[in-house]
Amino acid sequence: MPENVTRILRIVDGRPQVAEDGWRVLDSAGEWEALSAAGAAAPQGVLLPLELALAQRERLGGALPAGVWLAPADDPARAVALFDRLQLIGVEFPKFTDGRGYSTAVLLRTRLGWRGELRALGDVLQDQLFALRRVGFDSFALRADRDPQEALQGFRVFSDTYQGSVDQPLPAFARRGGAAA
Amino acid sequence: MYRYTEFDQRMVEERVAQFRDQVARWQDGRLSDDELRPLRLQNGLYVQRHAPMLRVAIPYGLLAARQLRALAHIARTFDRGYGHFSTRQNIQFNWIALEQAPEVLAELARVQMHAIQTSGNCVRNITSDPLAGVAPDEAVDPRPYCELLRQWSSFHPEFSFLPRKFKIAFSASARADRAAVAMHDLGFYLRRDDAGAVVADVLAGGGMGRTPVVGAIVRHGLPWRHLPTYTEALLRVYNRYGRRDNMYKARIKILVRALGVEAFAREVDAEFSHLVDGPGTASAAELARLAEGFAPPPHAALAEQPAALQEALAAQPGFARWHGRSVHAHRVPGYSAVTLSLKRNGIAPGDADAGVLDALADLAERYSFGELRVSKEQNVVLADVPQHALPALWHEARALGLATPNIGLLTDMICCPGGDFCALANAKSIPIAQAVTERFEDLDYLHDLGDITLNISGCINSCGHHHVGNIGILGVDKQGAEFYQITLGGKVGADPAHTAVGAVLGRAFAAAEVPTVLATILDMYVALRDPEERFIDTLERVGLGPFKSAVYPAQDHAVEAADA
Repeated sequence: MPENVTRILRIVDGRPQVAEDGWRVLDSAGEWEALSAAGAAAPQGVLLPLELALAQRERLGGALPAGVWLAPADDPARAVALFDRLQLIGVEFPKFTDGRGYSTAVLLRTRLGWRGELRALGDVLQDQLFALRRVGFDSFALRADRDPQEALQGFRVFSDTYQGSVDQPLPAFARRGGAAA
Repeated sequence: MYRYTEFDQRMVEERVAQFRDQVARWQDGRLSDDELRPLRLQNGLYVQRHAPMLRVAIPYGLLAARQLRALAHIARTFDRGYGHFSTRQNIQFNWIALEQAPEVLAELARVQMHAIQTSGNCVRNITSDPLAGVAPDEAVDPRPYCELLRQWSSFHPEFSFLPRKFKIAFSASARADRAAVAMHDLGFYLRRDDAGAVVADVLAGGGMGRTPVVGAIVRHGLPWRHLPTYTEALLRVYNRYGRRDNMYKARIKILVRALGVEAFAREVDAEFSHLVDGPGTASAAELARLAEGFAPPPHAALAEQPAALQEALAAQPGFARWHGRSVHAHRVPGYSAVTLSLKRNGIAPGDADAGVLDALADLAERYSFGELRVSKEQNVVLADVPQHALPALWHEARALGLATPNIGLLTDMICCPGGDFCALANAKSIPIAQAVTERFEDLDYLHDLGDITLNISGCINSCGHHHVGNIGILGVDKQGAEFYQITLGGKVGADPAHTAVGAVLGRAFAAAEVPTVLATILDMYVALRDPEERFIDTLERVGLGPFKSAVYPAQDHAVEAADA
């Protein structure tokens, strides 16, 4: 694979699969400057920290396709003003046991109107994929030391669900014939 | 009890398969210890002093005879022959090998049981009143509402990695709270409103542990159909804003305290406003389906207080004494609920070996429609016993050592497994319980003392509920030695206003001193009490002072000397 390309997991037409991807997650304006001038070696797009993206809203989507990534404590409502300039939103999981990103995803999908790609970043592991998909993520930057092909099993652990969430707003009881309210 | 549908059975079996795969990946190195830890915890497996401890959920305390026999089988086959009933309607096995845990979970699934979310930073198993459905004082049977939330919370995708554990309890009596709702992260007091509709007064932010807090009401009169969506709103606020930088400050009680109860309630209400009447709202049809699982058994038409019972009460003082402590009123004439004591000399409180589990299954089948319940006091309750059968039940229970007439008395202690088993403990708790049982075995004395709760925890995590014991004993570590701190005045009442956390009496004691200190406290109570006055009432009337002076006379002298 070229240097700029990594393998991620993505839901395509309802099916999880391994996909090649060239987005880069950035921490600073300096990296952004350097990559914007990189020409043919430039990545597919850049994911910027929320504060940086808010501060430089006018530049988003210029030379490089832009996205924003949200840290666990970031309020996703602040990203709404950027939506029309974003192609991707990432949600960072510094540790897989930090569950704030699940609520961030639910809010982006059910309350704030984000319809574009939503990607889990960071400590993303096979055993969390089923839940991540349920709360609205449709791409997953699996941790680099894991095998994406093997991790696909993580999407298949349960054949059904009790409660509603982003992927299926109706609880099981409301989907059963005759039991709906 | 609630019977699994094909759907429920499939979900539990898929969970077992998932965990089997996770353990296999851990065994061949594809999952690290740190990566497996939260996964095994959410399947009930702690790594403890001797081996992983497996905590199995007993939803709302209900066990059918075949489930008891399956637990006995697990105890014999995978453990060392016994289990321990905890204070949150679980049974714990102390010697399960991690490699065998998936097989144990598969055994449980065969009898519609599981260990899902009995540990970890997620919504734990939901607890309720062991007398649910039979207590004359209840407004409505809380169990269908518990089951509604159990299913809602099972494998919840958004709330599986909360800042900390999250415990929910339900009560539905205005006169008594047999589930300690006020000491939970989230509690529901179900009642009927003026129109007869079932509503909940919602409590949040209670909890024991390092910072004991009696929870506060955050919402009055929530219509029952909003239970899932209101809980979703509250958990979203907690998931987003609860502290994650310090595990000792991560429970929801710390968030509620930091924001203030009113501001916290406003946050939840704001979130709830987006969810109210949405697709997650519960339906009457679903509630009715769940309620079928908790329908009363086919009671016969029986006489209240039949002659056979009255004759036995008159003729057999031992039976009468047991009856006075162990037999509870029932809403159906001619029936009683009966507590069997798991507080026996020589056996850790709440422990039951495989033989006892099998025997309990037999008793449940012959006396109580094949079911029993476990209580937070670590006893078992046969909830539907015909009154004419009480003398026969007493004989059988006595032969099994389960008829100690100490229910609600000093030796009916709540006690965690403590340092003998638990890796978290600072001190052993079982030997303290044992010493108390031996010192205070005179039944006449115990009955004279009357109602009193004695709760023992081996560490500040408070699994033994010491904070809310009338007398609490807490194991502490002082320079590597085990000591015991005494608290007085804790209690669980019908609502937050009647629930209290005990106050520390003074410096801690060595294990050998504890029985004597208790004797001093009890002597002081006997000296001070008014006729028929309970321990807790005397204590609240006179305050801590006289007890302190009795237990620490030397300190008083020191104070006097300093004053002089």
